[in-house]
Amino acid sequence: MKDAVNILIVGVGGQGVLLASEVLSETAMKHGQDVKKSEVHGMSQRGGVVSSHVRIAETVYSPLIQEGTVDYLMAFEISEGLRALDWLKSGGILISSMTRMVPPITTIGDFEYPKDPAGKIREVLPGAKILDADKIASDLGNIRLVNTILLGVLSKSMDIPEETWLEVIKKRVPKKFIDANLEAFKKGREYSFEPVAVGE
Amino acid sequence: MKMLLSGNEAVARGAWEAGVEIATAYPGTPSTEILETIAMLVKEDIYAEWSPNEKVAFEVAIGGSMAGARSLVCMKHVGLNVAADPFMTYAYTGVKGGFVVVSADDPSMHSSQNEQDNRFYAKFAIIPMVEPSDSQETKDMLIQAYEISEKFDTPVLYRLVTRISHSKGVVNMGDREEHTPEGFERDIPKYVMVPGHARLRRKVVLDRLEKLKEFAEETPLNRWEKGSKEIGIITSGISYVYAKEVMPDASYLKLGFSYPLPEKKIREFAESVDRLFIIEELEPFLEEQIKAMGIQCEGKEHFTNYGELSPGEVMNGFVHAGILSEGVEKTYQTEKLFPRPPVLCPGCPHRGIFSALKKMKVPVTGDIGCYTLAALKPMEVMDSCICMGASIGNAVGMAKAGTEKKGVVAAIGDSTFLHSGITGVLDAVYNKANVVVLILDNRITAMTGGQHHPGTGVTLMGEETFQVDFVELCKTLGVKDIHTVDAYDLDASKKVLKSALEYDGPSVVITSRPCALMPNKIKETAYTVLLDECNGCKLCFRIGCPAIYASEEKTEKGHNKAIIDPETCTGCTICAQVCPKDCIVRVDSPAVEGART
Repeated sequence: MKDAVNILIVGVGGQGVLLASEVLSETAMKHGQDVKKSEVHGMSQRGGVVSSHVRIAETVYSPLIQEGTVDYLMAFEISEGLRALDWLKSGGILISSMTRMVPPITTIGDFEYPKDPAGKIREVLPGAKILDADKIASDLGNIRLVNTILLGVLSKSMDIPEETWLEVIKKRVPKKFIDANLEAFKKGREYSFEPVAVGE
Repeated sequence: MKMLLSGNEAVARGAWEAGVEIATAYPGTPSTEILETIAMLVKEDIYAEWSPNEKVAFEVAIGGSMAGARSLVCMKHVGLNVAADPFMTYAYTGVKGGFVVVSADDPSMHSSQNEQDNRFYAKFAIIPMVEPSDSQETKDMLIQAYEISEKFDTPVLYRLVTRISHSKGVVNMGDREEHTPEGFERDIPKYVMVPGHARLRRKVVLDRLEKLKEFAEETPLNRWEKGSKEIGIITSGISYVYAKEVMPDASYLKLGFSYPLPEKKIREFAESVDRLFIIEELEPFLEEQIKAMGIQCEGKEHFTNYGELSPGEVMNGFVHAGILSEGVEKTYQTEKLFPRPPVLCPGCPHRGIFSALKKMKVPVTGDIGCYTLAALKPMEVMDSCICMGASIGNAVGMAKAGTEKKGVVAAIGDSTFLHSGITGVLDAVYNKANVVVLILDNRITAMTGGQHHPGTGVTLMGEETFQVDFVELCKTLGVKDIHTVDAYDLDASKKVLKSALEYDGPSVVITSRPCALMPNKIKETAYTVLLDECNGCKLCFRIGCPAIYASEEKTEKGHNKAIIDPETCTGCTICAQVCPKDCIVRVDSPAVEGART
């Protein structure tokens, strides 16, 4: 387990978690690495939590990451980022969209959607990379680009050339959305997060 | 060539490389994508079909094998219960063309009603079992499974689990090796299982077991990996990769051929290590057999039989055994958040009919499909779910108990009805049961991702075919009181259900709206809430539509008003029909102009 790079991608059914983990895995394979990824399909596509484990190394055995050893946690929905926080290792990086998806179960009053999930994350992880990817996506004209924007952010931290990512994106997304996805990837890759003030 | 393949895709590729000619299945998570992949990529080389259920799928594949074609049948673990009848006896007759049955088990019940460990089926039927550990092995070992099947004249159980089926890994591809079928040859004592012949075959099965035991000792599918002398691990399937992550330096006996066991090899391995651990998901299948050999080993006292294993679970097991000092450590903690249970999609036709059904206040025996979600909050209008087709028999029994004076409704989907509901209706008619069978006909097998069935008019190969007419079918079965209704029309649905419940004898109610997602995504003009008129009564929340949210805005009494997401709303109108203030309207209606929404 020691040498693998572990990436956990979380979100809600329909947000493109699976496509993002496909692109990431294929990029890593193209880069000459061994890779395994795992997720559960089925009932989860009906509005449930979707999570995908991706592990990259010279040789990977387990397709599942061990709790507490995630290097990069990528959340397409902010409270799902909060929920999965305990998977992150010390020094691990969290990349999350501000996106909120409030499930019907909270409307009938049994449960509450947290008021400020981003604030809660920052309390324990001041350096969390949280961005308004919905806004960037809608500026680009398609709200469904959030996953590619976040992949762009992730790519900046990973040791794989940009061209490899772009090649795989071109191959994996539907033809008419290629340009929009390449643009979204760049926006994520070039996004500058405000530095965290020391002592805060 | 290298590709990233899921375990299911690897089965499809392996089948193609092995020269398989016939592949059959009924959809079931986590096995569904095997046949979908075959039909999508290699239908020129392999005949693939969705059968009405697993039993028929199994029997079709047997026919293929009898004609000499290498044949594949795939199902989820509980599917093998449905196919158990041909399975148990085909183990006697043996094969002509190689025959592999894929059982994809679902530890942790991600998408299943139970967690049964189908490895016992290999021992039960006395046939060999092969268990791969990742996608590469899944492809390669399937080809070997066909060789074993033909060499030993036996079906082979190929056992996967969700984490094999739905994990992807890098796979090196091979080429197809054609196995042209020789055709059927009459062999009555082999294939006609009357008692006199079956007694002879039973002997053949027992002799075959001894030969398979010898094979288990030699096959490279069972691999001894020399490591430390202190710790030896016997394991198979997905458990092997978790163990390798946690204990990379231990000695391993990895059983790719996991029934029958290589007793000599296991004994030799056990003697070569100080402590012997058996790591396996679910039941102590290996452990009990190894203990029965008189070999001392440790297993389930450390490693859970509840749910799937993981690197963390294996690590904690070794902490419990005193081998490791530290288990899983977490840097960050998370508080408990709201759950996100699966819900019926916006525009789902089940929402309408179940809203109407709720008003009937009668027991609803349920079945397997998306509509099982109606048992959950906020609808809570389904009272049982046992197995495919169970709803109708359950309703008949409940009606015969004589306690439910207002009637009993059995709710079953179209694909499930064709799978094993027809005989239930036959029972209700034959035995004059006063039940209402509600067929939720959304014209697709929805829960597993949208597969065709005999009611859709299209085959897995994409050919147009005869489309079963549910009304005519039920008439032929002898049902006199048959209704069809638009599931989006609440008043009509209530009226029809009421009439069917009042009818003395079996009734059938068939809904007519297609699934909102498949094969075509339905998107009509969205609806919106006139905020000034909303009184926060929450009735629209109670239909459990994910497009309806609580607004931040509250009424004078402090109740949240409702808002509707125009992106996800499909315009099904159910919420507008339940709104007592009539303040849910189409976004393009005149009432919206100037009003706040």
